Amino acid sequence: MLTEAKFRAAIVEMLCRAETKLPKEVVMALKQGKIREQNLVAKLQFDCMLKNLELARKLGVPICQDTGTFTFFIRLGSELKLNFDLKKVLDKAVAQATREVPLRANIVDPFTRKNTGTNVGIGQPSVHLELVPGKNLLVDLLVKGAGAENWSRFFMLKPADGERAIERAVLLTLVEAGGQPCPPTIVGVGVGGSAEITPTLAKRALLRPLDRPNPDRRLAKLERRIMQAANGLDIGPMGLGGRTTVLGVHVEKAACHTASLPVAVALQCWAARRARARLINGRLHVEVPR
Amino acid sequence: MINPPVLTPRSRHSGPKSTNLRPPLSPRDVKKLRVGELVKINGQIVTARDRAYVRALELLRAGKRLPLDLRGAVIYHCGPIVRKTPRSWQILSAGPTTSARLDRMQAEFTKRTGVRALIGKGGIDEEVAVELARLSCVYLAFTGGAAVLAAQAIKKVERVLWQDLGAAEALWVLQVRDFGPLVVAIDTKGNNLYLHKKQ
Repeated sequence: MLTEAKFRAAIVEMLCRAETKLPKEVVMALKQGKIREQNLVAKLQFDCMLKNLELARKLGVPICQDTGTFTFFIRLGSELKLNFDLKKVLDKAVAQATREVPLRANIVDPFTRKNTGTNVGIGQPSVHLELVPGKNLLVDLLVKGAGAENWSRFFMLKPADGERAIERAVLLTLVEAGGQPCPPTIVGVGVGGSAEITPTLAKRALLRPLDRPNPDRRLAKLERRIMQAANGLDIGPMGLGGRTTVLGVHVEKAACHTASLPVAVALQCWAARRARARLINGRLHVEVPR
Repeated sequence: MINPPVLTPRSRHSGPKSTNLRPPLSPRDVKKLRVGELVKINGQIVTARDRAYVRALELLRAGKRLPLDLRGAVIYHCGPIVRKTPRSWQILSAGPTTSARLDRMQAEFTKRTGVRALIGKGGIDEEVAVELARLSCVYLAFTGGAAVLAAQAIKKVERVLWQDLGAAEALWVLQVRDFGPLVVAIDTKGNNLYLHKKQ
């Protein structure tokens, strides 16, 4: 039986791990980026990133001072019985991690700009709940800093303009953003859906590991094409020029109206923080990052 | 088009050479710097971001003085994670924040305070960069997200001002040792590394 205390402790551990270490495949991608670069400034940016990751892991402190906002994507088995208030416990875990890790308190009222001090506020942390058959529980956490989040974009394209227009929209976003979202970024692209679905698709795409291309061949091809074009923009690590502007492009799709082609772009900074936990034998195990 | 710096046979062995800056800086100190060069700082730097800029400008426009003299100072665009210790503060994580959020205030702030160098990430607006060059102020890029690396170079919190703005927005007056590596990204000749991307 998953108790409230155990669930909360696992969520705190997820937050702590996500903030202090990156998933293995992201670190690998950064190392490969460094090898690919030829100019000294670009190589230096990767050196600083990698050295910083080592320090953060060793000292157990947040990789970046912008410890971001939190989005939980939860797949909950509809036959699983929970004897606690899921949302309330997530809020408590976020406040606890903020005190204990510690994390920076980032959540404010949008009008008064008053900080809640706990990283909990109206609608924060964000929780997306999906009911699945059975008794499983899978919790994914996405941590996003404002540098990258501020460059999120939403486009309503013409259906007749097709894939080329999608590619252009993504490249336009990257060029405008330049060095500000802390490149090399991971690019999440939501295609289809509608105005409330597409941005979530784009964000969810950021959870996919870098070494896993889209299983849909057409989308995988589009991902490769956009990635190649993006890395030819010469924005480079931190916008200082170079061959690595993106670490990966992840496209996800949903069906849409015949007269619409909604496209959303979500950027994740090189400090691509995420965590995953799974329920095994009544215990929530944190699987990523290790 | 700016040529990327190249590795010379010597620097390949000893690591890239970097210029040591000791604030307060004179116009001469910063006019010598060129884009692509590496810099490290020893001495005092002061953090400031959105709300501190707003308050500083309000005071200066009203003819009042700031609680510290920023002539020749190095400003660090940063909102750190701090922990209170019995006698002082410990800076745990303190990477640069997006400088472009301050674009609207940057030229006036620089002019009124007389700061000589900004440390940040992501660059600043092209027109603002031209203004800064005219004011003999350079822009030094620190790797975004490299917050622990930055914190390691912070040796002491000298004082903290405007704490009512919150820890992230307050002015942290810091003593740093070999703070860097910083890349001169915008120099006083108007060279700008951020403009070197293809359109």
